[in-house]
Amino acid sequence: MGLMNNHGVLERHSLLLTIGILVVVSIGGIIQMAPLMYMENTIEKVDGMRPYTPLELSGRDIYIREGCYVCHSQMVRPLRDEVERYGHYSLAAESMYDHPFQWGSKRTGPDLARVGGKYSAEWQVDHLKDPRALVPESVMPPYAFLAKKKLKFDQIEDRLKVERMVGVPYTDEMIANAKGHIYAQADPDNKGFDYYDSLMAEYEAAAGREKTVEARDYDGDPTTITEMDALVAYLQMTGTLVDFSTYEADDLSNRR
Amino acid sequence: MTFNQLTTRQSNNSSIFAVGAFLSVFLLLGLLMASFAKDAAIGHQAMTFLFLGGAFFVGLCMWAGNLIDRDPFDESEYENTLVKWGVFASIFWGLAGLLVGVVIALQLTFPNVFYFPELGWTNFGRLRPLHTSAVIFAFGGNVLLATSFYVVQRTCRTRLAGGMWPWFVFWGYQIFIVLAATGYLLGVTQSKEYAEPEWYVDLWLTIVWVAYLLVFLGTLWKRKEPHIYVANWFYLSFIVTIAMLHIVNNLSIPVNLTGSKSVQVFSGVQDAMTQWWYGHNAVGFFLTTGFLAIMYYFIPKRVDRPVYSYRLSIVHFWSLIFIYIWAGPHHLHYTALPQWAQTLGMTFSIMLWMPSWGGMINGVMTLSGAWDKLRTDPVVRMMVVSLAFYGMSTFEGPLMSVRAVNSLSHYTEWGIGHVHSGALGWVGYISFGALYCLTPWLWKKTRLYSKSLVEWHFWISTIGILFYMISMWFAGIMEGLMWRAYNEFGFLEYSFVETVEAKHISYMIRALGGLLYFSGAAIMAYNLVRTALGHGEATSLDEANDPLKTPEPRTALAPAE
Repeated sequence: MGLMNNHGVLERHSLLLTIGILVVVSIGGIIQMAPLMYMENTIEKVDGMRPYTPLELSGRDIYIREGCYVCHSQMVRPLRDEVERYGHYSLAAESMYDHPFQWGSKRTGPDLARVGGKYSAEWQVDHLKDPRALVPESVMPPYAFLAKKKLKFDQIEDRLKVERMVGVPYTDEMIANAKGHIYAQADPDNKGFDYYDSLMAEYEAAAGREKTVEARDYDGDPTTITEMDALVAYLQMTGTLVDFSTYEADDLSNRR
Repeated sequence: MTFNQLTTRQSNNSSIFAVGAFLSVFLLLGLLMASFAKDAAIGHQAMTFLFLGGAFFVGLCMWAGNLIDRDPFDESEYENTLVKWGVFASIFWGLAGLLVGVVIALQLTFPNVFYFPELGWTNFGRLRPLHTSAVIFAFGGNVLLATSFYVVQRTCRTRLAGGMWPWFVFWGYQIFIVLAATGYLLGVTQSKEYAEPEWYVDLWLTIVWVAYLLVFLGTLWKRKEPHIYVANWFYLSFIVTIAMLHIVNNLSIPVNLTGSKSVQVFSGVQDAMTQWWYGHNAVGFFLTTGFLAIMYYFIPKRVDRPVYSYRLSIVHFWSLIFIYIWAGPHHLHYTALPQWAQTLGMTFSIMLWMPSWGGMINGVMTLSGAWDKLRTDPVVRMMVVSLAFYGMSTFEGPLMSVRAVNSLSHYTEWGIGHVHSGALGWVGYISFGALYCLTPWLWKKTRLYSKSLVEWHFWISTIGILFYMISMWFAGIMEGLMWRAYNEFGFLEYSFVETVEAKHISYMIRALGGLLYFSGAAIMAYNLVRTALGHGEATSLDEANDPLKTPEPRTALAPAE
């Protein structure tokens, strides 16, 4: 066969072989990834999505740091049992501000895409501290140490700036007041009192509706903002942003 | 000494200075990172880098100072010392990675015993990336470095190019491993599976990898064979494609140039697609093409037969690397990824079955005329059984990539079982086979310390793999069915935690399987160390029969030439 006889050319020229390999392995990736970057119907049109508040973002970083994603997915598939067990199936729009995404690949524990508001914050704190005290059959590791560690957020403004660079719509006010917003959300009655109105105004404006930001002490210790506060703040808002009362699943632009 | 030899020698020696200078630049950067560290983790990481890089630098200076008039990169000899280090590193990281695997299997089985509330860094979430990275990148990576350096020299009949640079690749890679591993324990991760290390470790690996590519290509350029042998096509595709995948999947912006955290450039659905394009091809190009290169060299050499079919090699190679790259979206079935991408991923995953089996057939049929070796040589048996596992998991993979099957199998232990049949059976066994071949060849021994210990290793590990696979099939299919089970009133039958509880026995069997597999590897480590020391049946080769001084037997290489 002619093609086979000509293969000797590639076997004698290492650069041709290298270029040949590079071309052949590039095709599939380009065809699958490039359209997702510009096709408008990749992400559905929804109401209610807003950037994470600085406290929620810090909590999400702890979620990532502790490797929660290795056991918990955040992606409800459009299957009858999953929708009944976890809630409305996940939309692409719901993770459009997630750098990186947290869809996961394994459910050693249940899906967490819609865990926000499913349990009380007190339950989340107790469960994180000692999972088997609440769920005896659980195999989850204990995270009591989070309640003892003060949350570090000295770089939070830089952090929001970089998020904005990659496309998350943080406003100048959100960035300038980031530290104040952390206090406002985790300790609204004392340290964060002065920033409370700004926190609500900024993030509710971004969401386009009210009551999408919860401000309270989470871990039972209002005097310090701990990593537990941040993590539970994140868990309690996960999957709650999109306003499904206005979402039209059958709209042509939302069909994929 | 001719003029030519003299100039080669000078350029080789200058590579020592080049590596030293290059390293000192990075040590300086490390010092800056350590002094201006924005968080505790980056401080630790920079100090680790300074310590390891500094040790490499000091060791390099002391070694170079002692050279006097000796040419360390004698062109008339192969670079064997580096490959010996690679064999040692493979054994070390293999045992470490498998041990962490046993620990995390026990954590899921007996959470009350194996979790320590005060030691958050020992939790499953931090140890699992440690396990996966240790076995894939530390063990697998070192096997690939060692074998590729060995094979490219033999099949090109020339010494490794670059003088000191291959040593930079080796030690630079070990530094990458330690930085990644300690980083996970410190909580430094970007949470992209199998690409967890943060931006600065990614940059370091990129540098090491480019050096690796140049060393490999440089060796090809000075080859004394007209044709590039088939194993080298596979090694080359592994090196080139991993570079591409690594760079694109790790595109991120550091929050601070002296901080550990970075923000991914892509988000949500685009990030998911990029991640699984990377993730599946880490399997495809790290754990498959790299190890197929091992198959294409070590099986023909060990059984002393030519590769079964030259044409099949060509078809196998190009179709495998072309189709593999499309398979990523099968990790994202029924997710928010647009369905056209899912369908493409599934279609190509099913097509991938054929080139995979083509490769397996080419490897197994190489035994034509030497089937008796399956009975007499446990090392050959190990490599052939690895191909059987390869064939099995490359059939199971396309099956699981079918959307309907995936709706059941995804997120369950079935996936864990699937990876481990490939990882333990295919990658592990072909690596063990290569290590069993390399140790006597490199240390110039007639045979291994003990053949019966290889038999023990083979059977203990094989039973371990079967325990692992079957328990995970059972657990995975059971939990998948339980998640979707409805009772007679139309409600979901089981709460989530009931499905966790139901897996307890399977988890115990899985942990036992892992422990058996680890024990087998420990037996191998013992056997190889005793072989290198020349104990037992491993008597030293007569100098006259030194295979490194005599030309390679041509039979094994003939078909690709």
